Amino acid sequence: MTVFIILALVAIITALGMLISRNAVYSALFLVLNFATVAVFYLLLGAPFIAITQVTVYAGAIMVLFLFVIMLLGTDELEDTDNLTWQRPLAIGLAVVLVVEGIYLMLSQNTLGFITTPSEDLGSPQAIGDMLFSKYLLPFEATSILLLVAMVGAIVLTVKNKKGEQS
Amino acid sequence: MDSALIWEMVIKSLVLILALLTGFAYLTYYERRGLARIQSRVGPNRAGPAGLLQPIADAVKLIFKEEFTPGQAYKVIFILAPIITVIPAILITATVPWGGTVTIGGREVMLGIADINIGVLYIMSVASIAVYGVVLAGWASNNKYAMMGGLRSTAQMISYELALGLSFVGVILLANSMRMTEIVEAQRGLWFAFLQPVGAVVFFFATLAELNRGPFDMPEAEQELSAGYNVEYSGMKFALFFMAEYTKMVSISAIIATLFWGGYRGPFIDTMPGLGPLYMFIKIFFILFMMIWVRASWPRIRYDRLMDLGWKILLPLSLSLVFINATGILLNQMWLIPLLSIGAGFLAIQAINLSLRRKENAR
Amino acid sequence: MGSQTPWVYVGIFVLVGLFIPIAAIAIATFLGPKKPNAIKQSTYECGIETVGDSWIQFKAQYYIFALVFLIFDVETVFLFPWAVSLNSLGIFAVFEGIIFILILLAGLIYAWKKGMLEWA
Repeated sequence: MTVFIILALVAIITALGMLISRNAVYSALFLVLNFATVAVFYLLLGAPFIAITQVTVYAGAIMVLFLFVIMLLGTDELEDTDNLTWQRPLAIGLAVVLVVEGIYLMLSQNTLGFITTPSEDLGSPQAIGDMLFSKYLLPFEATSILLLVAMVGAIVLTVKNKKGEQS
Repeated sequence: MDSALIWEMVIKSLVLILALLTGFAYLTYYERRGLARIQSRVGPNRAGPAGLLQPIADAVKLIFKEEFTPGQAYKVIFILAPIITVIPAILITATVPWGGTVTIGGREVMLGIADINIGVLYIMSVASIAVYGVVLAGWASNNKYAMMGGLRSTAQMISYELALGLSFVGVILLANSMRMTEIVEAQRGLWFAFLQPVGAVVFFFATLAELNRGPFDMPEAEQELSAGYNVEYSGMKFALFFMAEYTKMVSISAIIATLFWGGYRGPFIDTMPGLGPLYMFIKIFFILFMMIWVRASWPRIRYDRLMDLGWKILLPLSLSLVFINATGILLNQMWLIPLLSIGAGFLAIQAINLSLRRKENAR
Repeated sequence: MGSQTPWVYVGIFVLVGLFIPIAAIAIATFLGPKKPNAIKQSTYECGIETVGDSWIQFKAQYYIFALVFLIFDVETVFLFPWAVSLNSLGIFAVFEGIIFILILLAGLIYAWKKGMLEWA
């Protein structure tokens, strides 16, 4: 439980750091730390496969893409502009609603029972493979189509840009 | 968990890390001597007998050197980047088994840090976060050369990571497990390097690119980028980048030995499990020699060809190897695997030849 | 604890491993001389004065490679559990895995044909 609380604090601090820091690269690094903390959460929940996948895909691939974009744009430092007028109060209001909802749910459940130690076999790669290719076969194939569509979309967009540059 | 177990783990971690660091120190000596031999020079031979104290002299020099931080650098990241680079190099060895279980002072001690059921995936994930140190060093230096080096290195590492990951899939197919000890035990009869020779070669080259070593050392190409991402670093911080590269060489050799060359297995291993680390040492020694040899013999390849090799040759080749492995296992005809994979490797070499010839004709 | 115990070992290993580079930098900071001056701290560009920011125009190709990499990375991660449970799966599921690879291979060929993998 103490481990959980410490990790939760780290997760919150890194998330806040990501939002607050003015430098885009620092933001990205805070986000990487946040992903790592979430991975440790998965480990605590007995799902090492998901934890490692989280690190590989999010920290190892998606954030590298982000860093590339930040460096390509060369906008390290953000100027202190405030274009948000009505969005800010709305966001705070929605956040309050979310927090109240969460607290209400926790109190109505009356326990922290959702943090349970699952059976040892749950997170094993064998079990995941069996599940993925039997029970969740259709979502799995849908994922592959989704990935394909994402790639085609990205390529189409860049090809258009390239032609625009030439003309 | 009792405190004795925790102490055992701390001691094991310390022993492994110190072994890696010694390996790093003497690998620099080994490489300098090896390269010197290949280029008919002598190499370092002044400090101690046959120059054996050279790494210690280097360490002392580096500790007492002045370090300076460029005025324009982003200070915090500039100092953190070498540390971030070293950590994955050490971390990646956590799942490598160095031997079976031995009895030391009445305690059963497993030779290795952790035997995780997703050991191979762990290695891939640590390899995938290794890009951060380099790209951050390049960015934090606030120097054009460093920036270019960092970006190049990142693009190169992610390109070869795919071939690396798919080679892992091939090994997992053969061993039917992601646990490193089970992969070693699965090679009881035949090492995977013989069952899947092309896979071993693809893996070797992909790791060379991951290590930024010659012929894939574009990120630190002296002639174009002066030194790449570490151009602004000096003293101990520069040494840490060096340490990361050479420690990673040792760790990756250990991984290659485990995945393809039978790991800690060798003659009499079943009666004397204590021999495991010795066999690992011998295998690592040979793989490191291969790396030095490759660096000495091949010129650096051009960046566009490097990307072509990664994306157009190694990626399709390793995908087809996954197919071949799966087919061989499903049909239960293991002899098909080496045969078909050598055929695929031959086709890949033909494709390289053809594209090179076409480019020559186009000129 | 059960399946989590080895991860505690990895955690201990990380902590011990963190100590080494930090100690190295700390020792060197204590022992090394420090005499900074403006010339030493200037950006190194082979003796020429630095012009402008370190940010220069990069090839957009870096971004495209990262994008294609991301998609294939996800695919590889999905293939890991498939590889482990290949023997226990039915022939049907094995073919599903192969179809998965083929769909993404189509993506690779498309990117190739569109010239996205050309560096020059």
